[in-house]
Amino acid sequence: MMADNPNPDFEEATEAAPRKKGFKRRAFLIGGIAVVGGGLFGISIADSNAAKTAASLTQGKGEHLFATWLKIADDDSITIYSPHTDIGQGSNTGLAQMLAEELDAAWEKVKLVSAPAESAFANTGLGRGFLGEISGYPGVINGIPQSFLSFLARSMNLQITGGSTALRFTGQVTFQRVGAAVRLALIDVAAKRLGVQPSELMTADSRVIHAKSGKSLRYGELASEAATLSLDNEPKLKDPKNYKLMRSSVPRLDLPAKVDGSAQYGMDFTVPNIRVATIMAAPVRGGKLTSVDDAPAIAVKGVEKVIKLDNAVAVVGKGYWAALSGLRALTPQFSDGGNGGFSTASIFKAYDDRIAKGEPDGEAGEGDVLAALGAKPVEAKYQVPFLHHAMMEPFALTAHHKDGKLDIWGGMQDPLASKMKAVEVSGLDADAVTFHPMLIGGSFGRRLPMYMEIVEQVTKLAMQLPYPVKLIWSREEEVAQGAYRPQSAARLRGQVGSDGKIAAYLNDYAQTESAEAETTFIYDLPVVARRNYDYASNQITGAWRSVNSTQQGFYNESFIDELAHAAKVDPVEFRRRHLKPGSRHLAVLDEVAKRSGWGTPTAEGVGRGVAIVESFKTIVAHVIEARLKADGSPKVLKVTTVVDAGSIVNPDAAAAQIEGGTIMGLSSAIGEAITIEKGAVQQTNLTDYSILQLADAPMQHDIHFLNSGAPMGGIGEPGVPPAAPALANALFAATGKRVRQLPILTQAKA
Amino acid sequence: MAIELTVNGKPVSIEAEPDTPLLWAIRENLALTGTKFGCGVAACGACSVHVNGEITRSCSVPVSEVAGKSVTTIEGLKAADGTLHKVQQAWIELQVPQCGYCQSGQIMAAVALINQSGSPSDAQIDEAMTNICRCGTYPRIRKAIHAATGKAAASVLGDA
Repeated sequence: MMADNPNPDFEEATEAAPRKKGFKRRAFLIGGIAVVGGGLFGISIADSNAAKTAASLTQGKGEHLFATWLKIADDDSITIYSPHTDIGQGSNTGLAQMLAEELDAAWEKVKLVSAPAESAFANTGLGRGFLGEISGYPGVINGIPQSFLSFLARSMNLQITGGSTALRFTGQVTFQRVGAAVRLALIDVAAKRLGVQPSELMTADSRVIHAKSGKSLRYGELASEAATLSLDNEPKLKDPKNYKLMRSSVPRLDLPAKVDGSAQYGMDFTVPNIRVATIMAAPVRGGKLTSVDDAPAIAVKGVEKVIKLDNAVAVVGKGYWAALSGLRALTPQFSDGGNGGFSTASIFKAYDDRIAKGEPDGEAGEGDVLAALGAKPVEAKYQVPFLHHAMMEPFALTAHHKDGKLDIWGGMQDPLASKMKAVEVSGLDADAVTFHPMLIGGSFGRRLPMYMEIVEQVTKLAMQLPYPVKLIWSREEEVAQGAYRPQSAARLRGQVGSDGKIAAYLNDYAQTESAEAETTFIYDLPVVARRNYDYASNQITGAWRSVNSTQQGFYNESFIDELAHAAKVDPVEFRRRHLKPGSRHLAVLDEVAKRSGWGTPTAEGVGRGVAIVESFKTIVAHVIEARLKADGSPKVLKVTTVVDAGSIVNPDAAAAQIEGGTIMGLSSAIGEAITIEKGAVQQTNLTDYSILQLADAPMQHDIHFLNSGAPMGGIGEPGVPPAAPALANALFAATGKRVRQLPILTQAKA
Repeated sequence: MAIELTVNGKPVSIEAEPDTPLLWAIRENLALTGTKFGCGVAACGACSVHVNGEITRSCSVPVSEVAGKSVTTIEGLKAADGTLHKVQQAWIELQVPQCGYCQSGQIMAAVALINQSGSPSDAQIDEAMTNICRCGTYPRIRKAIHAATGKAAASVLGDA
């Protein structure tokens, strides 16, 4: 059924990796932990090349680079280079807080910039430069499957942001230690200059202080000498009770430029003599460009060139409007690559058939589930659609090929992998290609390196144009050519015993591939199975904020509610029975029940629903109060959320992630769907891909963090998964009608 | 053709095809890139500016229609001495932006709403603030509008 190669771009993007099921989405999880690899894989720390390269790229007069990631200048200003792309989640502020905390830096003199997209700044670079001999951080490494770690050893050229990894891996493993080690080096220099023992010195506000004599030295005075010392690989970190910056809601560093229009995103980049291009790829994924007559585009004023690619046509003009007008004047013909038979209905049919046949591609769990289910289990079928990322900034990259060199400017979640893609496509040497990372206007997984068509496209355009070209995807292109959250379906079956507890639980689900790596089943059941049935259409499925946890969270937390109803037990009480006593999950559930007023009466027509999901090592429970409006659409009145992410670096920024994640989850549950007909996406823009607006966002959202002290979990993604099931469960409580297909609006209209 | 208008208090002449959307004239001809392209069909509001004080989605207005009119973009909100508009200040105080891409448009919409209604109610905010934010900053936008108008907002955040 599937075409030979529905998306050659994708295959190329992953060619260095094992062709293993599940690879493409797991790969992005490891970016942030590349730093761990330095020790685990014994990479030499003596490689001074990386350090030299890093220094040459960043070090100006009177500036001193430490361990690749930190620069202290004679005037005390401190620059931190982040290997992560802040896609809006505030992670760069968090990383700066972590490093500055251990360094005892004066916060007002700290600035953070993106690391250059060069291998010296790959997250492994610091393995060579600094952390090479560190090994064993059990709190961090636990929970990272061995397959990720072994993949890591082969893929060190990464600078990925994703998988909610920035603070918990890069921050904890690297940035705190860099800060602590540089602080020790500064103390050593100060001790020598003051003729005292290091133990007599303390640090605060970017100074080393000798309390006894009242003397102190500025970090800027000590930096040049300290930068020549070798750093302590195992510096002692602060006791959290002495934190000043971490665990406090310091304002984000990036916001002033985001309220006055001065922030420069990839879309905003310009250089003299720039041209703008826009593009249309085959509407049916896997199709090719078969023919196009250039003339109507060339006739448009301002259009300079029509460029044909294998599966797309691009128009280059003096500005975006000329390019777009030119593109719209064309009537390109595309083949469908044999994919014209795919539709939303055909995909669901294929899922149903696979599940009915009962031959799974993978299985996890324990016990003989089919035997334990018995003759008459509770049974329900769930379906969810493809989801579009809808990052607010459409793709825009500028590329310029001049004098044998290629420069690219823009925002991608992995600048270094983007550079390497451009190297591959252009045929130039790596030294001749530079990727300049810029601010990103949202991503949610769309700009991960597995789906970098735009890098390939802009490279191809630039290689045949004598001037710099900015390629902008129209929103129409963005919606039609997504890397969607998989369309997915599940058949759930469960048996509740006479003791009111689940005796058997079976989750048979079908989608592109197994969800097991990114989802955590939290309930302690005697007999449970999760079986995946894989089926690929011509669409690209990708990582969508919280990855597979959205659909799996919806399935499991809805069906647990159904079982509670079947057992005639309160949904919170029913969940309690199946969570281990003393567990973090139980603590989160009990806290959310308490804070939400669970069990107290609600207003007429209002229902209350609960859901609890663990993803990226963070446990989030929502209680949602909702009712149906007269038009059948849901109205969320109140959300109460309890989060256990272990510990929190910046509580206000973390709360913002939970708020936003919850709204994204609600938005997708209520109105979002990408549907397919004849192999092509039916939605065209944000007019028919319906995203929640302010009026429908919860008026009240109470968020509480339980800082259990468990290893730090992610915060950007885990707010999403429990939102849809908590809403669906609330609507069931309000109306007695169970939501089993998303989005809810489509069902309401049907 | 040359189109004369006023942008952020200054007279400008824009050389562009008359059907060019105001958005692209602002971004490409005047190099004021704070006004963003999001959808091109007036669905998302990222391109919002004020035209003669009215909130306008600039992606869907031909520049020729704006001839002779006065346009304010996000860059024009600051006072002459660089002091941020009270709405911009509230946006920082409440830490509203995440990715930030839609926020120029959100701020322009909020300023227009406040100019029009003084101190908007929640219902007025619901009705006026239809710009899309994919990061989900809506609760903070609501709170910041109330803060900018000196109104104590209903609790949006818990005890985080």
